[in-house]
Amino acid sequence: MNQRGRISRRQVIAAGLTLAGGAAAYLRWPGTLPPTYGNLLRMGDNLTYAAHRVLFSRNALAREYSVADVTPFPATGTYDPGLGDTPLAETYRRLRAAEFADWRLVVEGRVARPQAFSLADLKRLPSRTQVTRHTCEEGWSAIGQWTGVPLRAVLEAAGILSTARFVKYSAYDGWVDSIDMVDALHPQTILAYGMNGRDLPIPHGGPLRIRVERQIGYKSMKFLARLEVTDTWDDGGDAGHIRSGWAWYNGA
Amino acid sequence: MALTLAVSGFLILRVHPRLYWGETGNDLTPALIEFPIAPNYPSDSYTEPARFAGMPASAVTATRTREPWNQNGWARSLHFLAAWLLILPGLMYLTLGLSAGHFRRHLVPRSTDLAGPVLKRELIDHLRFRIAPATGGPAYGAFQKIAYSGVVFLVVPVIILSGLTMAPAATAAWPWLLDLFGGHQSARTIHFFGFVGLVGFVAVHVVMVVLSGFGTQLRGMTIGRKE
Repeated sequence: MNQRGRISRRQVIAAGLTLAGGAAAYLRWPGTLPPTYGNLLRMGDNLTYAAHRVLFSRNALAREYSVADVTPFPATGTYDPGLGDTPLAETYRRLRAAEFADWRLVVEGRVARPQAFSLADLKRLPSRTQVTRHTCEEGWSAIGQWTGVPLRAVLEAAGILSTARFVKYSAYDGWVDSIDMVDALHPQTILAYGMNGRDLPIPHGGPLRIRVERQIGYKSMKFLARLEVTDTWDDGGDAGHIRSGWAWYNGA
Repeated sequence: MALTLAVSGFLILRVHPRLYWGETGNDLTPALIEFPIAPNYPSDSYTEPARFAGMPASAVTATRTREPWNQNGWARSLHFLAAWLLILPGLMYLTLGLSAGHFRRHLVPRSTDLAGPVLKRELIDHLRFRIAPATGGPAYGAFQKIAYSGVVFLVVPVIILSGLTMAPAATAAWPWLLDLFGGHQSARTIHFFGFVGLVGFVAVHVVMVVLSGFGTQLRGMTIGRKE
């Protein structure tokens, strides 16, 4: 301090260097960070991801509400994956015509017993019902009641291997995304087949969607077709959200 | 950075130019305020709302029929990146301001600043645009201290905390945030009005800098010397 009570430039520089060093060390955080593609925005996303993983309790539960709190809930994004002439759309139309009796959730990758679960198979596994807030990146939010099987139970039924790091999921509307094991094994991460006490309506992702309650809405993908457990980070190709310019981790 | 936050914040608001009070709010619920910002205004591109079977009459759903304008993929990431780049130096400023006594000595109004006659005189001076000439730094006037303290200790912390309250990962870990602001959408609304307050502060601040002596003040802010 060169003058009483004044902040000296030397102090500012010293603090700045300390902070830069701390930030650099922080970015060396030992967990796998998704690639930045040289994009400054993706570097910021990674800082958010690392900070959330470091600062926030990994087992913290998103707030749950009562059924009386259920609100109006718009169906946005894809509302009918059967529209269009892609092979996925054609398959979806055929499955829907048979009321999803032939629908299967394929679970493969780093699991001991790759398999395909029917809706009845999933409903035989333990179920969880939760009333949670869906927070859309657009700025709106809504409360809904979701019933489904914890993702953890499905992964354990398929014999998830200890090397597993990520769970990738793909859907009948063509989207692909993934989450890390912190979110995948979280008790509120469920594969929901029910909404507001009934079967999951098609505009909301029927017959099965994932709920990732501690991330922004688009991570809770609708119309699930396939899960793949991986031991490396995978951007999901052109159908991956990150390829189209969206943050891979979006807890903010 | 602050400008980046303001611009990206506006782009994010433009995607959903409706504000609400409480925990939730969306196109199917009434808005507290709806800004007539094109192109997502008015938000009428939905099918007729229908009730969820077995749910209270208020629980309806409708399907969006037109994809809205949306640049949030980069605007949100840019907003958060700029927030990081402001929060880290901001923490440094707080640490130094506390440890070096800058806040105590110069920023927090003293009881002598808050005395009736002093405030009255300052008010009259300000209303007559009789602005004290630039000193290039402290000591600050009573109004100045009140404004600076309000920004540093109230408006900016409220903006940061209300911003965090919009993050589902943050409210899972720190659910008291939702109670503090009265819900996710209330936090979003407060975040917006915090921004409005900050814009007002910056506008007045710039005017005062110019009126009191632009060159001296700018030297004071940057290199820390009067001459």
